[in-house]
Amino acid sequence: MSTTMRINGKAFQSSSAPNARLLDVLRNECDLKGTKEGCGEGECGACAVLVNGRLVNSCLVPLGQMERAEITTVEGLPEDSALAQAFVQCGATQCGICTPGMMLAATALLAEYANPTLEEIRWGLSGNLCRCTGYGRIYAAIAQVAGGFADV
Amino acid sequence: MSLTLVKQRTDQQTASPRRVDGVAKIRGTALYVDDLPCADVLHGATVRTTAAGGTLQEVVFDPAIDWSEFVVVTARDIPGMNAVKLLENDQVVLVDRAFRHAGEAVVLLAHADPEKLGMALKGVSLVELPNTAPIFDIDAALAAQQEIIPGNIYTDYLLDRGDVAEGEHLADVVIEERFLTPSQEQLYIEPQGMLAHLQKDGSILVEGSMQCPYYVLDALVQCMGMDKDHLRVVQSTTGGAFGGKEDYPSVIACHAALLALKAGGRSVKLVYERGEDLRVTPKRHPSRTLISLGANKAGELQFIDMDFAIDGGAYRTLSPVVLSRGVIHAPGPYKCPHIRVRGRAVATNHPPFGAFRGFGAPQSIFAMEVAMDRLARKLAMDPAELRRINLLRTGDVNPTGDVVGADCFAHATLDVALEHTHYYQRLAEYRAWNAAGHQTRKGIGLATFAHGAGFTGNGELHLASRVSLQALANGHVEILCSNTEMGQGAATTLVQIAADALGLPMDRVHLAQADTSRVPNSGPTVASRTCMVVGELIQKAAGQLLQRLRETAELAAPHDAQSFAAACARLCAVAGDTLVTAQYQPPTDMRWDEQAFLGRAYASYAWAAYIAEVEVDVLTLETRVLDFTAVQEIGDAVHPVIVQGQIEGGVAQGIGYALYEDVLWNERGVMANDRLTNYIIPTSADLGFMHVVLLEGGLGAGPKGAKGVGELPMDGPAPAIVNAIQQALDIDICQIPVKPEMLLELTMSRGN
Repeated sequence: MSTTMRINGKAFQSSSAPNARLLDVLRNECDLKGTKEGCGEGECGACAVLVNGRLVNSCLVPLGQMERAEITTVEGLPEDSALAQAFVQCGATQCGICTPGMMLAATALLAEYANPTLEEIRWGLSGNLCRCTGYGRIYAAIAQVAGGFADV
Repeated sequence: MSLTLVKQRTDQQTASPRRVDGVAKIRGTALYVDDLPCADVLHGATVRTTAAGGTLQEVVFDPAIDWSEFVVVTARDIPGMNAVKLLENDQVVLVDRAFRHAGEAVVLLAHADPEKLGMALKGVSLVELPNTAPIFDIDAALAAQQEIIPGNIYTDYLLDRGDVAEGEHLADVVIEERFLTPSQEQLYIEPQGMLAHLQKDGSILVEGSMQCPYYVLDALVQCMGMDKDHLRVVQSTTGGAFGGKEDYPSVIACHAALLALKAGGRSVKLVYERGEDLRVTPKRHPSRTLISLGANKAGELQFIDMDFAIDGGAYRTLSPVVLSRGVIHAPGPYKCPHIRVRGRAVATNHPPFGAFRGFGAPQSIFAMEVAMDRLARKLAMDPAELRRINLLRTGDVNPTGDVVGADCFAHATLDVALEHTHYYQRLAEYRAWNAAGHQTRKGIGLATFAHGAGFTGNGELHLASRVSLQALANGHVEILCSNTEMGQGAATTLVQIAADALGLPMDRVHLAQADTSRVPNSGPTVASRTCMVVGELIQKAAGQLLQRLRETAELAAPHDAQSFAAACARLCAVAGDTLVTAQYQPPTDMRWDEQAFLGRAYASYAWAAYIAEVEVDVLTLETRVLDFTAVQEIGDAVHPVIVQGQIEGGVAQGIGYALYEDVLWNERGVMANDRLTNYIIPTSADLGFMHVVLLEGGLGAGPKGAKGVGELPMDGPAPAIVNAIQQALDIDICQIPVKPEMLLELTMSRGN
């Protein structure tokens, strides 16, 4: 039995067991090491990826559910996007372990709200833990991309 | 106090170059220990004691498992000394017989298949003879009815200046209180881990997540019984540390190396799962402080008397140094003639506690700053006014008996903080709000403090750190030092300092990977010392390199990157030796008496005033931080965005310490809430924007007068928040975290 999906725009077929974690398939079969494991129980968001445009924690997703899914990892994001530039300029990354998940959360957030309020940004990132920044520089980076906060 | 003395920074982003590690982290290409490419790797796992101390009688291996498939390591396989190298050799690498806490490593296993490894872990059972009465409480340890070590005291310090009895006599108003602070988990998002390789020549390479490569190297030398030339330690990208990767990486490195030594040439990866990391690695020391403060009617402090005790856990590890910092910071940034602080680190059957941002200071400052508010209330005085009366000024004598020099900005930080927050206006507004009987109560609280950067006292002298710069033929320069980037921005800051001193653009300067086979020992990456102490050394080495280029390679002054490169090429062609090394020399005015706790404890203190505004729901008793203002004098902000990020991140951890984070213990002294579902740290839903105001007095011991910044934001939030909640609800709080259930008890007991 195998599962066929598209990862970062390319077709990929995995013959791992259907209960294999998407996280392990990405890291070990596809060598996409940008997706990190922080807790293994869906609390920290370091393993977040986009599945059909939705932000999910890949440590909680069984491979069996990924048939024909469109998956985007940090490696699939445009390299020099306005968001990537803003993250560097604003100091949105420190140790960097949460950053791939945070980039995907920010991407999903901006896809939903082109001009989010601070409140929307805060709730949009609330599934992704960052222990370094206190989040302020991450809010600032997202606001920079969106042309400021809608409410501040 | 005139504010013209200090520069207030407003151009954070424009004055900050790009982080050198930013792009790799944002693209996900930075390699952390679990990402390192390694063919044919074995995974390691650890069998641990389950009793809270006792004696190991026997290790039983399930005969149903074919153990020949596994690499199995016990204490008998240790070629060197079975002790983790630190201040004292009291902690074993692997338990042989006696042990002191649940979670000590006994057997190490490795296998290529993580699933088989998981099953094998269950196939090893330990026959333990447990201690009859384990100790988990500071006062129980001090009572010493059961002894873990003689008297259960690792270290006993006394700071005793003036005469407290005399101070008591002079005081008109006295308060007494007992404060408790809990343990706190660093919760770096990357769990700890190491990857060890036995090389063809018999040497061992260990790579992994760590703060202090030379601590790990020294531990390997002792445990493996090998010389330094046959051991190599390399730091991989480190996903947060906050002190948590200061000492424990040495333990994991020894374990991984022992497995690799027996694995016949296959590499061994030992990366902890989150729960294991939470249960066994060191956290912040819990503390208990008895405090008595006295002032005259005018509010001038007459005496400070503190009995400060911290739970060191089952082994000594870093407790003496944590205690020393806690004792020195305990009396705060105040002028007081009579001060006594007794500090003790006690032995319990908890896993050893260790370094976490602030290192003893957040615990004792919490007690002092909340006590200051109590004293203000008893004096019927505004807490800000009480502080203004007592804060140190240039020329005053500080708590360790040192005369305060020009580098004193206690009043400036307080003034800016009060002005920035419209403190008195807010105070009146919140009082009116609370009187109006709304669904919530509001309060504004403050904390003033100073944090010493670098090792305490003569510590830097003993370290004798060295830093090298290597000029390359293409005109680039490499910084060789053992200090690590762990998210705090050291890689960028150090490159910036070197580039600035060399007169080169930043892209010509590179920080070498922290690899003990290449970099000299520039001391550990701890104690907010990297920018200030190591940065200063880099600046010194840069001066030496320029001098050598001028003397032997015709570098003209002034130079640009091109003429610098030409000179480097000439130097490389002629001399070959293009390496310069600078070694730490203590400032001539640094005098510290380690026994009496008197003298200059730190090369520089950074000054701060933090203000928290909170709202408490009277129904749910949940506390929300409405606003947080950190006014911080840090000498010079080398990279303002990084500094701002350090302060915001530290404040966030401080908010967690004040309101959410609570390590709960099971009956065996093991962390019970060992998941991210039940150990709660602040999320973005909990935290809004903070206001960070940087003041730059330019008088610190680092480059351009910079001071250490990493730890200090941890000191202020908890007392500022607790003071705000006390004011909002008109109650006394003696403990953190301030959870709704605690507020319920306090408000109900007041009702009675």
